[in-house]
Amino acid sequence: MISVEQAARANGHHHPPTLGSGLYQYEHPGRRRFDPQQVFNPELPPPTPAPNGIREFTLVLEEDQMHEVAPGVKMPAWTFNGSLPGPVLRATEGDTIRVTLVNKGRLPHSIHFHGIHPAKMDGVFEIVAPGAQFTYEFTAAPFGIMPYHCHTMPTSQHIHNGLYGMLIIDPKQGRKPMRELAMVMSAFDLDRDGEADFYAWNGRAFQYADHPVTLTRGELVRMYVLNMFEERMVPHLHGNMYQLYPSGTSLQPAEYTDVKTLNIAERAVLEFQYDFPGFYMFQCHVSEHMEQGLMGWFNVVEPKALVAQKERR
Amino acid sequence: MAGTVAEKPVGTSTLRDDAQPAPAESGALAHSRIAIIASALLPVMLLAGILYFLVRRGTGLNLAPPAPIERVEFERVELYPGEIRAHVINTGPEPVTIAQVQVGWLNRASWEFTVTPNATIPRLGRAIVRIPYPWVAGEPYEVVLLTANTLVFTHEIAIAAETPVAGGSTLASLALLGVYVGVIPVFLGIGWLPFLRALPQRWYYFFLNLTVGLLVFLGVDALHEALESAARVPGPYQGVALILIGLSLSILLLYAISGRVKDREGSGGSGLLLAYTIALSIGVHNLGEGLAIGGAYALGEIATGTLLVLGFTLHNLTEGVAVVAPVVRARFRWGHLLWLGLIAGLPTIAGTMAGALAYSALWSVLFLAVGAGAIIQVVIEITRHQIRESGAASLANAFNVAGFAAGLAVMYVTGLFVTV
Ligand SMILES: [Cu+2]
Repeated sequence: MISVEQAARANGHHHPPTLGSGLYQYEHPGRRRFDPQQVFNPELPPPTPAPNGIREFTLVLEEDQMHEVAPGVKMPAWTFNGSLPGPVLRATEGDTIRVTLVNKGRLPHSIHFHGIHPAKMDGVFEIVAPGAQFTYEFTAAPFGIMPYHCHTMPTSQHIHNGLYGMLIIDPKQGRKPMRELAMVMSAFDLDRDGEADFYAWNGRAFQYADHPVTLTRGELVRMYVLNMFEERMVPHLHGNMYQLYPSGTSLQPAEYTDVKTLNIAERAVLEFQYDFPGFYMFQCHVSEHMEQGLMGWFNVVEPKALVAQKERR
Repeated sequence: MAGTVAEKPVGTSTLRDDAQPAPAESGALAHSRIAIIASALLPVMLLAGILYFLVRRGTGLNLAPPAPIERVEFERVELYPGEIRAHVINTGPEPVTIAQVQVGWLNRASWEFTVTPNATIPRLGRAIVRIPYPWVAGEPYEVVLLTANTLVFTHEIAIAAETPVAGGSTLASLALLGVYVGVIPVFLGIGWLPFLRALPQRWYYFFLNLTVGLLVFLGVDALHEALESAARVPGPYQGVALILIGLSLSILLLYAISGRVKDREGSGGSGLLLAYTIALSIGVHNLGEGLAIGGAYALGEIATGTLLVLGFTLHNLTEGVAVVAPVVRARFRWGHLLWLGLIAGLPTIAGTMAGALAYSALWSVLFLAVGAGAIIQVVIEITRHQIRESGAASLANAFNVAGFAAGLAVMYVTGLFVTV
């Protein structure tokens, strides 16, 4: 595999941003980067059948966990299982979902799921006291991408501090097997002036610029995208187009495009493949969002077989 | 009891210098000296003890702030081709680490940067943040520093313009700016001397009072400017206190100098001495004004357009009149005029160059305050000069009051040109 540095030299005018191109990015003094261990792993393993049709999850909620939102900048965040965004929960349509919220904070919290469920499982009245826990139980329906987030007042604060994530409900018959990635778009207003200071894929500005996502040429890719900030977001792939499945609630693509405006809490499934190797930016097309961290790189490499073949020659 | 004390007071032996003190008495004397020294040292030692316990054990007050208190202030922001360079100072109570930088145009963009000597700045420490940003002249920008503790500090660049570097041509044009703003107008004003001499006595006093009017206006204007710039002085350096110090020290110093000169030369040359004092005070004022003009130019806050230069020239023309007013009726060598003009005018050149090349709000405030103090001293001296020559009643003379008012009016009208 070629290194980011080699790619940058080869691509001349289109440097990955962390190489000091002066085009997109920062260079932290001391050349500090995100610890690769900290990078939110967007990879989704293929879905597996649930034992007895029951999916059980435990989400431990903690307050004031130091979260590195941009290299060197740490903010106190509220997290599910120490992760921002919260872990991706996955079930198949018709499964029984049981999510136990363990509140280790000093404030009451809750989880509100999008989707179809009884009123008493909606997370608006099912507030969990500090030190207590509660199990939300409902049948997974319909298939699609369902956001989940804390719904305790003031909700804006509970969400903004990091209490959100993605629930993926797969259709019974399944989707075509592909490489799968989960990407939550959100933003962080550090000085509380009503203007976000960093925007991010999966909770850390520029993390996939520091650590590009490697794809294989010709590989089919499915990206689950969710907008969890209260501004419109426009997922955009460079050098490519995608099949768009709004909310992921249909198996028929609605559009073939390379930009789709996701409004607040809106989500979509994008399916695509890369035909040429190289570095491609994936970004939010709102320039401000991109410039403040909502961008990253796909490093598209030749399939292993092809590389091996070339090496033999 | 009271009687025995009165019979032999403790201090008696020390007052008796005709007799040698008895050995027992000298012992008591040494004893009282030790007591005095001890009483001086005791509070100091107690203070040291208290400080030691405070440092070791803390105040005991649980006043730890809920969030880190950090403060970063911009001293100066320079623009070079492809680079924004911010000189910053940590004026908060704790060290601060600059972790990210953004540059705002329509909106902000994260940008790469370097910090020298170190991204972690100690209290009252300074650092230079270099941002390789392709800024465009004439555009507004915002420089945003984000600390490791998520605090955000911003500086606005109203209109981007390249910072003059110490090259020959820039220095020359800055010097020329100083000549236009300071030297030429002062000499033009001095050139009125023959005209002023030809005037009858009452007109001479009219112009002397006009000068006082000019100077009072100038002094108030300088103080206002100093107070405005004081807001830009980093907090711990206490801009307003600097004004007080500059103001009072300059008044006292000028009195000390002029007092010494008077002692040496007698009061005969007091008109000329007054003229020199005015020239010196206007010189200091012009240094401060030059610093402010050069600084504004460097900060990209003014375009040094022709109108502005013209305005300053007109404005400062009055300074030349002020310098020669006290010597209108005195006899002296013409060479003095040259010196007067240079003392009053040349500092402007030094000011514009220094201000543009290394602007610091701190120095600008200090010199403006020193200049204001000097002007106050001069106003007092001119007034005393007039009282000596023609009595206190002359101050209220309608002609002289009109002169004073005319001085204010001239400054106000010419000031219209320079108020941006
Ligand atoms: Cu909450």
